[in-house]
Amino acid sequence: MAENESVMINEQEARLNTPALRVGQFASQAAVAAPAEATAAKMQVKNLNFYYGTFRALEDISLEIPERQILAIIGPSGCGKSTFLRTLNRMQDLVPGARVEGQVLLNGEDIYAPDVDPVAVRTHVGMVFQRPNPFPKSIYDNVAFGPRLHRRCKGKALDDLVEQSLRAAALWDEVKDKLHRSAFALSGGQQQRLCIARALAMEPDVLLMDEPASALDPIATLKIEELMLELAQRYTIVIVTHNMQQAARVAHRTAFFMVNERRAGFLVECDTTATIFTAPKDKRTEEYITGRFG
Amino acid sequence: MSVTGFQSGSRRSAFATAALDRRRLVDRVMQALLVLAIAIAIVPLIAVLGYVLAKGIPGLRITLFTKLPRPVDLGGGGMANSMIGSLIMVGLASVLGVLIGVGGGIYLAEYGHGRLAAAIRFFADVLSGIPSITVGLFVYVLLVVPLHSFSALAGAVALAILMLPLVMRTTEEMMRLVPETLREASLALGVPRWRTIVSVVLPAALEGIITGTLLAIARVAGETAPLLFTAFGNEFWQRSLLKPIDAVPLRVFKYAIGPYDVWHKLAQAGALVLILFVLVLGVAARWIAGRRRLSER
Repeated sequence: MAENESVMINEQEARLNTPALRVGQFASQAAVAAPAEATAAKMQVKNLNFYYGTFRALEDISLEIPERQILAIIGPSGCGKSTFLRTLNRMQDLVPGARVEGQVLLNGEDIYAPDVDPVAVRTHVGMVFQRPNPFPKSIYDNVAFGPRLHRRCKGKALDDLVEQSLRAAALWDEVKDKLHRSAFALSGGQQQRLCIARALAMEPDVLLMDEPASALDPIATLKIEELMLELAQRYTIVIVTHNMQQAARVAHRTAFFMVNERRAGFLVECDTTATIFTAPKDKRTEEYITGRFG
Repeated sequence: MSVTGFQSGSRRSAFATAALDRRRLVDRVMQALLVLAIAIAIVPLIAVLGYVLAKGIPGLRITLFTKLPRPVDLGGGGMANSMIGSLIMVGLASVLGVLIGVGGGIYLAEYGHGRLAAAIRFFADVLSGIPSITVGLFVYVLLVVPLHSFSALAGAVALAILMLPLVMRTTEEMMRLVPETLREASLALGVPRWRTIVSVVLPAALEGIITGTLLAIARVAGETAPLLFTAFGNEFWQRSLLKPIDAVPLRVFKYAIGPYDVWHKLAQAGALVLILFVLVLGVAARWIAGRRRLSER
């Protein structure tokens, strides 16, 4: 058992030294395979304002989320990163008194148009949360939950979808012999990958990740980051992170948010990760990146 | 490094001063008082159990469960009709109480944010404190008078009203214990609110709800007062839900205050049956609750 673990750690260390994940290398440079330049915008956010009652929490945010890339959102605590992320799949609608102005386009369609059902939006924009939150069900039932309730498929087709989703989340080999055991028997990192598999089973257009590794140890974090780079070849990913190295390691583009004197979050700048970390246009970005505040 | 500071003014060690001795004494006295309190609290419980067991076991014959009541000079018979009557009324009350109680609890937990919910919560708490005989009188006016007859239905409704606040508040509490992150996980998969409640929240809270419901059933199964003006009692079999029906607590009540030794014996046996029934439900509730804790590990 102990031997096994040490082997695993060595493997992890070996991977740490692969160029794609070494700190200081930017995903947009390293992951050449990913179409870093000139892809169409999957989502467009136009002049987005978000209110809790009369309090404006997000102020006039506009940015584009390119297809099959990873956009990282960084910024100090309380700058509305998570709130912004949750406006992208209308999860923030659930907060009493929540109100949105402006547009969020997904494939050119405004998800806040009056005739759009928020529930339908969420089937296209999946989400992974800060802490792993598997259902108190078996591993299989966790992944099958969404497809089952939407009557997408059953029987053999469902089995295949579950396997495919678990493979895509790099979890299949670890759980294929215990699919019908409780999801709580898994480690934290495995649970988080299970939650990713659960989101992927809905075959979403976009995957939102709200600090998906902040509750995990470094090795599990690394696995999630590797996984994200792999998923970016097929999915559009938006990740909120407190960890600037993480943004540097995985994101093609990075958006820097701040909070203004009215306690509202706003976008300072959004550019390729390399630009944000080496030659930011805004002085505030540079100050944050170099650790002078935040 | 010197330790003289600790010992100044006393020849004894710093770890055994007079002040510490006094604290230790106070500690012992307090502990003794608490043990005394728990002993006093538990004495009546054990005394009742022991008394009912001792007095009830001799009367516990198979005829108690199979025979109708008979005149005293024929041995008094059994209370089969009372047991069936109790089962019918407790069963019907459970169906009513669980359907409405769980439904109300779900509303309070998932949708209850406004003033209406606060009012419902308040009245549920008041309702759980109302004397059970008042509920009996209420149902008398509500059902017995308009239907011109005491009935199993009226008895069941009275018991259901007593169950309602218990089931409702337990359901609410248990649903609130389900972490918000689970609801979010389901909603983020594009699952509608109602489906999330049915498929995620309710199953996660189910064991707690069942435990609470069993305790509520146990609580009303022994109720006598609300049945006095509703079920009324009956010496014979009763198939209709709209006619007076017997119940074990009613029969025990009647026999216990009657003048015959035979009756007293039957009453004690009936009381034992009631206690055993409640005990079984209580143990079942504990078992389910214990299983839940295990599965969370």
